Amino acid sequence: MSTFSAIGEEREIDRDEYTPGVEPQPTWCPGCGDFSVLKALKQALPEVGRTPEETLLCTGIGCSGKLNSYLDTYGFHTIHGRSLPVARAAKLANPDLEVIAAGGDGDGYGIGGNHFIHTARENHDMTYIVFNNEIFGLTKGQTSPTSPKGHKSKTQPHGSAKEPIKPLSMSLNAGASYVARTAAVNPNQAKEILIEAIEHDGFAHVDFLTQCPTWNKDARQYVPYIDVNESDDYEFDKTDRVEAAEMMRETEESLYEGEVLTGRFYVDEERPSYGAEKQEIGEMPEEPLAERYWDDDYEWERSHDMFLDKHA
Amino acid sequence: MTDDELIWRISGGSGDGIASTSQNFAKALMRSGLNVFTHRHYPSRIRGGHTYTEVRASADPVESRGDGYNFLLALGDSFARNPQEEAVYGNEEIKPLSENLDELREGGVIVYDEGLLDASEIPNFDERVEENNWHVYPLDLRGLARDQGREVMRNTAGVGATCALTGMALDHVQDLMRDAMPEKILEPNLEILQIAYDQVKEEYDVDAPDVSVPTGEHDEEQLLMSGSDAISYGAIDEGCRFIAGYPMTPWTEVFTIMTQNLPKLGGISEQVEDEIAAAALAVGASHAGVKAMSGSSGGGFALMSEPLGLAEMTETPVVLVEAMRAGPSTGMPTKPEQSDLEHVLYTSQGDSQRVVLAPGTVEEAYEQSRLAFRLAYEYQIPSILLYDQKLGGELKNVPKSHFDREPNPTLGKTLSEDALADEPHSPDGKFHRFQHDVEDGVSPRSIPGQKGGRFLATGNEHDPTGHIAESPDNRVAQIDRRTQKLEAIRDDLNQEDTGSYAGPEDAEYGILTFGSQQGTVEEAVGRLNDAGISVKSYGVSDMLPFPTEQVREFVESVDEVLVVEMTASGQFRGLVQKNLGQYGEKLSSLLKYNGNPFEPAEVVDGFEAAIVEGDGDASGHQTTFVPAAGD
Ligand SMILES: Cc1ncc(C[n+]2csc(CCOP(=O)(O)OP(=O)(O)O)c2C)c(N)n1
Ligand code: SF4
Repeated sequence: MSTFSAIGEEREIDRDEYTPGVEPQPTWCPGCGDFSVLKALKQALPEVGRTPEETLLCTGIGCSGKLNSYLDTYGFHTIHGRSLPVARAAKLANPDLEVIAAGGDGDGYGIGGNHFIHTARENHDMTYIVFNNEIFGLTKGQTSPTSPKGHKSKTQPHGSAKEPIKPLSMSLNAGASYVARTAAVNPNQAKEILIEAIEHDGFAHVDFLTQCPTWNKDARQYVPYIDVNESDDYEFDKTDRVEAAEMMRETEESLYEGEVLTGRFYVDEERPSYGAEKQEIGEMPEEPLAERYWDDDYEWERSHDMFLDKHA
Repeated sequence: MTDDELIWRISGGSGDGIASTSQNFAKALMRSGLNVFTHRHYPSRIRGGHTYTEVRASADPVESRGDGYNFLLALGDSFARNPQEEAVYGNEEIKPLSENLDELREGGVIVYDEGLLDASEIPNFDERVEENNWHVYPLDLRGLARDQGREVMRNTAGVGATCALTGMALDHVQDLMRDAMPEKILEPNLEILQIAYDQVKEEYDVDAPDVSVPTGEHDEEQLLMSGSDAISYGAIDEGCRFIAGYPMTPWTEVFTIMTQNLPKLGGISEQVEDEIAAAALAVGASHAGVKAMSGSSGGGFALMSEPLGLAEMTETPVVLVEAMRAGPSTGMPTKPEQSDLEHVLYTSQGDSQRVVLAPGTVEEAYEQSRLAFRLAYEYQIPSILLYDQKLGGELKNVPKSHFDREPNPTLGKTLSEDALADEPHSPDGKFHRFQHDVEDGVSPRSIPGQKGGRFLATGNEHDPTGHIAESPDNRVAQIDRRTQKLEAIRDDLNQEDTGSYAGPEDAEYGILTFGSQQGTVEEAVGRLNDAGISVKSYGVSDMLPFPTEQVREFVESVDEVLVVEMTASGQFRGLVQKNLGQYGEKLSSLLKYNGNPFEPAEVVDGFEAAIVEGDGDASGHQTTFVPAAGD
């Protein structure tokens, strides 16, 4: 329908189209890992063939949440932890949109943890990028759900007594159909993984290790990473839940010992996305709901004709 | 109080089929040409506990529950017993009978299931019967139903007995059973109905019933509808095709009705993980160009505070319904109150802007549901539809023609791609979604996927393109524009006063109320005027923006005003006072917060005691009088 003509438009897309013009310049600190996510996304989107105007980027609150100030798509900078419910509704309302959600580890695994589990469980067709810097950045360096045990901060002066959250295992167990981890220090892999995640038909969760040089000087994310899909030392079948789970466990434990394992940990191409399931059982229209509001020929049903007789 | 009315109370345990039986009986009365109104009372439990529904039927219009009632059908707590172990949950065997006697009018009828209830266990039963001239019919309803092999159909036997004792023909009841019941249970039900009817006719001389069904006639087709039905149909007719929610009594009714109907219309319903998500989903769907709603009751609505603010700041249209129940916290889940008013007006941080509408009747629930959507989408602002457990659950007849209106699926000020091309853009191509200088304060929006409409929506303060901006000039311009919308909405609403007036225009006294108490107050006003007291009422239904001028005019036109509401702290009176800024010495309050809505007589008594006699002793019933405060 001409109303959403940006959707599905096939043309050469210049990476710079995603860059807002003169203003604003990123307010991220020099050396911040967030720049890498921005760059990887700008590379991935044109390669997938998605234009800025057919892309809806929903972010949370935090340094990471500022992403859509610097990536010029349709955007919704929501509230702390709530990017996912906003994003998944937009996807249901108009499945033709390319919907991407992004936010920090505090945003996504802390305050938004419940939404994370349920969005993964429902397997919405969208990409979720979590900027995992193991710290609260924007509020100045408090301990986050991914901070290592013993991590000291102003709000945990004696060192955290909590085990860090295991985000990859969490999303696998919850039902995500694509789970990967990449790192800011690894731009090529990051781009490739984002391309796959965006193209994946289901909930694609990318835990993106980003350094926060300002508040998290101890983070061991600068150490060389290993791509588990490339290395012969890590034999596992990423389409097998059990093997993927075992690999994730190893990865998530070794991260805090300084071994950064990245790559695709779980890929399920078989599981239908939530929208497809909903259409299958007749709970969602075949055509995007949002289009109907622009269709002058659509005959809007009235309760008077459809439902009132049962009250007579 | 008219004598020419039947108020039939059916009582028993939760799970006894009280709701469905009363609904069908009400419909049968409506079909026989009467006006009907139901009032339900139930505890927050699934099985057992004392519950009742009243069906009031009259040839005259009825807009309220009555004072007391005149026909009791007391079933037992059959479902409160565990059939396997003969266990009784709680000691409630005789409640359906004993609990209800206080409100039974003189000369009333009692039918009770002697298969389950024993009147001799009730203290002073015989004396009370004699004193009140009650007519008592102990019937073995359970035995009668059991004889037909279906003990659970005792309620049908009770309806058969009711018809026999009130002189009501069975045909409407039978028709309804045919409409509503699956084949398998239809036959035995019809049989039990007939047997009970015949047996009572035979056994008792009921040619001149003690309490009879009045006769009436409708001049057009009527529907039996609840406030929750009306809200749902209003939303559907206004083009709402997306709902997200999480169950909470009593909002669940709207959520359920919408969920059952939306897929038939190609719409989408989502039950999600919590209320924060629910409201956020509605915002997300609306942002993507769909008419969307969510809602909850007090505690769940509290969780929606943040997405509500997000909708305000991003100017994303959304409708939230708030079905009040007694609070604070989980309060009394199944009992009505109006005490979330301030919560809904003020929840969420900042100088926030929203519309709050509080319908007073089932008809208004439909209209204001539509209005809430129209205002939300035309002005890009969240609208809240505030009602309570009473309005949501009560059934009344409404002419079908009331709903014969055109659908309105328009999204408001959205731009086509052609129009977008002509709108201001920044050098980088970004559309000025939040322009400062627009009429009404409403800056037209684009929908994701539209060419040339790219913008950022953010809960942070932002410039015209949507970019986060904290410059003082921009801040002032944006907040002024958002605020201006409320004034535009006030003007819009003033085109047509949605409030409801009753009583003579030049009355000496006034009663102000809001929401579901409107019908009760109007009935009380009728009776007060009949008794020679000159009083009029105004049921206010716009809470925000508040119709300050209309309320001022009303208050100025009378000597004294009683404000009637179901809160303990006089929240509505506070709102009136805040908006008028004076007249405190003219306003006193009649409050009720015991879990039950006002009966008309309580308003009459309260008014006479407080205003006419001026002593403020409105008790006797569980109501509280709070005198005028001064400015
Ligand atoms: C409801 C709510 N609580 C707290 C905050 C304050 N807050 C803003 S960002 C943030 C933490 C961000 O940390 P993270 O998600 O890890 O993102 P980062 O800044 O590191 O990218 C907090 C607590 C808020 N904005 N809203
Ligand atoms: S505080 Fe940390 S996360 Fe935030 S911008 Fe600076 S380096 Fe990046």
